Amino acid sequence: MTGRTLYDKLWDEHRVCSEPDGSSLIYIDRQLLHEVTSPQAFEGLRLAGRKPWRLSANLAVADHNVPTEGRERGIADPISRLQVETLDRNCQEFEITEFTMSDPRQGIVHVIGPEQGATLPGMTIVCGDSHTSTHGAFGALAFGIGTSEVEHVLATQCLVQRKAKNLLIRVEGKTRPGVSAKDIVLTIVGKIGTAGGTGYTIEFAGSTIRALSMEGRMTLCNMAIEAGARAGLVAVDETTIAYLEGRPFAPQGEDFEPAAQSWRNLHSDIDAVFDAVVELDAKDIKPQVTWGTSPEMTAPVDGFIPDPQLVQDAVKRESMVRALQYMDLSPGMAIVDVKIDKVFIGSCTNARIEDLRAAAEIVKGKQKAAGVKQVLVVPGSGWVKRQAEQEGLDIVFKDAGFEWRDPGCSMCLAMNADRLEPGERCASTSNRNFEGRQGYGGRTHLVSPAMAAAAAIHGHFVDVGALEPVSTPIEISQSAAVQPPSRVKTGQTHKRKKH
Amino acid sequence: MKPFRRITSRVVPLDRANVDTDAIIPKQFLKSIRRSGFGPYLFDEWRYLDHGEPDMDCSHRPLNPDFVLNRPIYWRAQILLTRENFGCGSSREHAPWALEDYGFRVILAPSFADIFYNNCFKNGLLPIVLAAETVDRLFGECQPGTMMTVDLPSQTITTHFGECIAFAVDPSRKHRLVNGLDDIALTLQHAEAIKAYEARRAAETPWLFNAMN
Repeated sequence: MTGRTLYDKLWDEHRVCSEPDGSSLIYIDRQLLHEVTSPQAFEGLRLAGRKPWRLSANLAVADHNVPTEGRERGIADPISRLQVETLDRNCQEFEITEFTMSDPRQGIVHVIGPEQGATLPGMTIVCGDSHTSTHGAFGALAFGIGTSEVEHVLATQCLVQRKAKNLLIRVEGKTRPGVSAKDIVLTIVGKIGTAGGTGYTIEFAGSTIRALSMEGRMTLCNMAIEAGARAGLVAVDETTIAYLEGRPFAPQGEDFEPAAQSWRNLHSDIDAVFDAVVELDAKDIKPQVTWGTSPEMTAPVDGFIPDPQLVQDAVKRESMVRALQYMDLSPGMAIVDVKIDKVFIGSCTNARIEDLRAAAEIVKGKQKAAGVKQVLVVPGSGWVKRQAEQEGLDIVFKDAGFEWRDPGCSMCLAMNADRLEPGERCASTSNRNFEGRQGYGGRTHLVSPAMAAAAAIHGHFVDVGALEPVSTPIEISQSAAVQPPSRVKTGQTHKRKKH
Repeated sequence: MKPFRRITSRVVPLDRANVDTDAIIPKQFLKSIRRSGFGPYLFDEWRYLDHGEPDMDCSHRPLNPDFVLNRPIYWRAQILLTRENFGCGSSREHAPWALEDYGFRVILAPSFADIFYNNCFKNGLLPIVLAAETVDRLFGECQPGTMMTVDLPSQTITTHFGECIAFAVDPSRKHRLVNGLDDIALTLQHAEAIKAYEARRAAETPWLFNAMN
């Protein structure tokens, strides 16, 4: 028997039965729910008189619509408020565990899952959100689904799936100064395109990937969907296991080691066969800045806005022309000459503690550029926020003239009050630069947290790899880096016993 | 779900690649807790000259005269012809809901994003993958008023000029779409197998079944 890939193993482990047509019924271990893609699923259950199959599989949180300031006043927009209240009501009615808006653990669904240990290696994890691919960083098969499938999983704990193909993306070597996981994944999306991974599950491997922290691996897998792949994976290693130990929903005490032992098998076999392989050399990767309206439209920070007229393919050329028009940029312009109006540091891609540390390191002792109207720093969860405050990062940001907010999706997709105005140009650590994504008529440049912070200080893009290192690095306690904060008093949580 | 058999309609040519679900239905409309009513906001930022908000009465909004859907001849068209990687980005099922609510039943493209493709079948929409050359040719032939027939049981498209083009579709998806079947009820036929799977896994890997509190 030939070796199996990590994806093959996860697939085989979760197959309940197979249909004659080649599709399979796949068991889902964990479903994460949020307010935007769940109301119609709960309504469907109600109309059909169905109950959730297994309550303990589900964890809900409101993140897309929540305000990031003045939260004690509630949600001003009545339509957003109704959606969040609907989630609260549905979770009460169906007895699903929810972190409500006032719970100190509340945050972006893809930040809180791993942080609470609700995401574990070897699981199948779904959520009505395409960035569910994030959780693949733990060697879990995690992918986004639509609302009909949210309802399907609630009712049956299963999904009818066809197996995807295996794509290996191997990155080897040491990264250049200033290059983060975000730059690696933007380079990959730029190389294979937004449809390059369509129909595949991507496994990220190689020495560069192994050297990434769990936060970095999450950033990488988060954007697998931006390359068209529903799921991204990184094999389990001791970095994974160290991150999970002590997390509230992870196995506790003497139960941890047997679980960890089984997780250590979650890697592709040496003789596993992949349908496609892409290889990158880390030394070729530079800090990236997207210039267009698709994540594949990316350039190194020392590069230039490309010229559509040099592109042969007519459809691609037309997309570039339209993108440059929307972005108000001209071919040949240096990326470092692009001036920005606003900066957003946050999102399920880059709002974890390590991201905030990377940004703070650039900012420390400096001031936001005069031409920059607003810099939002939005931590990914209540826990991230608290840890950042313990480390004094909030002071660094506030002293620089940045705004320190409460956790949520915020200006990644501007469903709450945080948004760009028409024509405004933003350096953003989020994942999508689509037209209007951060606000009607807004222009988004995707970058890493360090690049976003440096753009805020300089008013235009700069190569963080070429910046002088700060003279007094921020003290980071090693224990704080891997240990979750101690168990906190919970707010209004709907705690329910095991189903 | 509405069963899908045969559709004859005008074809709307949307000549853009990588049309993302943010463009199909912008985020402000995702605040709705309903499944219907998204049709008036389909392609909102391209279709109207002003900024749309939920519950807005669209009948008085300024239309973008350059956007193809606004040409009167395409009123009530049910077939959309477009370019590669249609439906990329966000997993929002509001995108197929908006297309379906507007009246579309068929989307022709050289490729689709995975999640969007899957979501279509849950909502009585038929996404058809055709060779890039075929799509190119259909764009070339497509004039305002060009009609087309899509027949799912025979898996064929008949063009305005009488050409017959075969297309592939997953047999189980076809069966469910043609008959408008409830996916959940079909899966629940395997309830015993699901329970047996759970019992085995709970013994082997008990931590997967820990209570979430």
